[in-house]
Amino acid sequence: MHNASPRASAPVAFAAPPGAGPDPVTITAGQFITCTLDAAEYGIDIMAVREIRGWAATTAIPHAPPWIRGVINLRGIIVPILDLRARFGMPLTVPTQMHVVVIIQTGTRTAGLLVDAVSDIVSVAPEEIRPVPEIGASVPERLLCGLVPLERGMVALVSLESLLTFDEEALAASADASALHS
Amino acid sequence: MSFDHLRATYFEECAELLESAYAQLAALAQGREDADTVHALFRAIHSIKGGGGAFGFGRLVGLAHAMETLLDLLRDGTIAFTPELVTLMLRGTDALADLLAAERDGAAAPPGLEAELTEAFLAAAAGTGAPASPAAAPPAAAAACDTGWRLRFRPHPAMFRNANEPLLLVRELRRLGPVTVAADASRLPPLERLEAEDAYIAWTFELTEPAPRDKVEEVFEFVIDDCELEIEPLAAESPVDLVPASPSDIVAPSGERPPPTRPPAEAASPVRAEAAAPSVRVDVSKIDRLVNLVGELVINQAMLLQHASILPADLCPGLINGLETLAQHSRELQEGVMAIRTQPVKSVFARMPRLVRELSAQLGKDVRLVITGEATEIDKTVVEQLADPLTHLLRNALDHGIETPDAREAAGKPRQGTVHLGAEQRSGRIVIELSDDGRGIDRARVLARARERGLVAADAALSEAEIDELIFLPSFSTAATVSAVSGRGVGMDVVRRNIQALGGRITLESRFGQGSRFVLSLPLTLAVLDGLVVAVGSEAYIVPISAIVESLRPHVEDIHAVPGRGNVLALRGAYIPLLPLHARFGVPGAVTDPSCGIVVIVETDHAGRLGLMVDELVGQQQVVVKSIEANYGQIGGVGGATILGDGRVALILDIPGLGAGVPPTTTRTIQPQPALQ
Repeated sequence: MHNASPRASAPVAFAAPPGAGPDPVTITAGQFITCTLDAAEYGIDIMAVREIRGWAATTAIPHAPPWIRGVINLRGIIVPILDLRARFGMPLTVPTQMHVVVIIQTGTRTAGLLVDAVSDIVSVAPEEIRPVPEIGASVPERLLCGLVPLERGMVALVSLESLLTFDEEALAASADASALHS
Repeated sequence: MSFDHLRATYFEECAELLESAYAQLAALAQGREDADTVHALFRAIHSIKGGGGAFGFGRLVGLAHAMETLLDLLRDGTIAFTPELVTLMLRGTDALADLLAAERDGAAAPPGLEAELTEAFLAAAAGTGAPASPAAAPPAAAAACDTGWRLRFRPHPAMFRNANEPLLLVRELRRLGPVTVAADASRLPPLERLEAEDAYIAWTFELTEPAPRDKVEEVFEFVIDDCELEIEPLAAESPVDLVPASPSDIVAPSGERPPPTRPPAEAASPVRAEAAAPSVRVDVSKIDRLVNLVGELVINQAMLLQHASILPADLCPGLINGLETLAQHSRELQEGVMAIRTQPVKSVFARMPRLVRELSAQLGKDVRLVITGEATEIDKTVVEQLADPLTHLLRNALDHGIETPDAREAAGKPRQGTVHLGAEQRSGRIVIELSDDGRGIDRARVLARARERGLVAADAALSEAEIDELIFLPSFSTAATVSAVSGRGVGMDVVRRNIQALGGRITLESRFGQGSRFVLSLPLTLAVLDGLVVAVGSEAYIVPISAIVESLRPHVEDIHAVPGRGNVLALRGAYIPLLPLHARFGVPGAVTDPSCGIVVIVETDHAGRLGLMVDELVGQQQVVVKSIEANYGQIGGVGGATILGDGRVALILDIPGLGAGVPPTTTRTIQPQPALQ
């Protein structure tokens, strides 16, 4: 089951050493796994990816923001699953068996990202990375750390550090914010 | 293995050796002096000295050597143990511990720390030698030999494995005078049968210079356990004459009547095997990984059993039987692995006598510490985190509790105060008690102090128990003068927090004028707990069994609504507030009518009893506690998570956290997770 990605078009063989993660401030160029949310492509540092698995039911967490889909048992470790679409301010994903969860690790934290599919692995040189425009972004600030134009379209690089920084304050603030919206 | 690594290992070993030394000294102080105890003490000090020499800790070696000199006389019976000598040994061991700590931390130990002690040891060794017991004179005379010594030396393979080199010993021996060496290669096998790691060659050394016997013995002191060594005066034509002279003629610790052919070191080895139970040093993270894996195995096995139960029973009876055996084995395996994590509380209790000794001297009080139940085992993590709270409680007992000898006499008590530290296992929990026969808590003064600090309203009437609770408040101290020992008021609240962080409780009983008693109740382990699985809507939660008082299906007429406070349940004359879990956690689709569900009554530390409203009880099981904080964060009312038999995660309720509650307006509804088709 593990490492099985139903719609991955690229070979899936990730064995990032434990503790390996992207630099928190400056994103280093290198290889990125791209995953899709609807038509948009997002890049995740391949060094942070531990495995890719199919969606499975989660256990809900009380008082969590809606983009926390709950926790799963990853071989004895309790891992929270983030709905990447909802985290980026879009509606909740309605997961099916075709959806995949990308397990990432930064520093000591492990989490799963619920995405529609994993599509490719791209190599990115530093000079290819463009800054994220400040205005008009539908994605909450700081969650993206760069844009990469490709022939087939654009890949937005996800800042995993900010994505996985959800301490109590951030959770409370996010819960409040989403409470205001609803 | 790097040098730093070796150093770290040495300090780790020294911690154990010191512990052993303290344990032997405690036995000696209680008058239980036998050869084994003294030998064990000698070995501990000797090993500390040996390693210390290798790392060049000169001061440490000097002190340990002086202690060893005295112990050597004690173990061959030249001197008898007296309470004064035990005290001296304790002080010496304390100083060794200090010197070791200084070396470990790279700090300079206070100068002169050990000088006085070293002299005291040497004086005790020298002073008591001749006049105290005339029997000591013959060995002393025998020790001075005016011709020289013949040494028969046969190393064991262990000596080489411990990286000792005979050549160095010979060089060392040469410093005492001219040495002739004869090698005995008679045991050397033919080349094809030669084992590279065995020891075949023996030597006879003749030292043709009069030298003190102890100087000769000193050359071999680090290898004495790993070789056969006979020392006899060179002139002696018939060694038999020498035998009655003294047991110390043979260097082996337990040598009684040593014929020249007997291997003394081997005779000593059974004693050693008995004294030190064989043990391995294992990194805790390795054990934790094992605990995790075994937990996974148990879950996996439960899953297999669940799948197999779908099959018709007569399809494959062997499979079901096999799975049941597997279940039993994996449970036993789990228990076994959990037991590795436990440790006797001795390791933390053993530090307390020294604290009492030093503090009572500092405070001018006479205090006896009685320790019981030190073999009680508890999770290693708990043991480690007990040291600080216990130290604090003990300091408090000595500083505030026990009076000065004069004050005690005036109060009609014995001049010596008694502090009792005990541990025992009581129904799945470890109970640690610390009691003293001191002055107890002066409630009037505590209350006055609390009022003065504005912690209590001036007109509030408090019960005795409530007044006792005040001392657990942050920044509360009644010590008239703030002393260096305690009384900074940063104590009891921290102690309580530490104990609570371990899943424990601390309570206090006190009688003014008669003493105080602190009772710490702690879980056996943090890794596993007995839980009741309850269902709320589509979710399952675990209620720790230790908190449950009872569970019942309430009658409609027993449920009363209290405006603004929700429902209460009338139960045997008491009103218990009801906490609907579905509302607290925002679970949709749960039973909302209390009389249709089950109420689980739990005991909280502060809020008294609380009735948790759940849909139904699913079952009782032992669950492995997993951290939810590591990858997510703290959740109010949730203490951790576990994995159920079907592989799903269930949250474990944190009862004190639930009692605290959150305003219902901020609770959010859990998003229903669509099930897979």
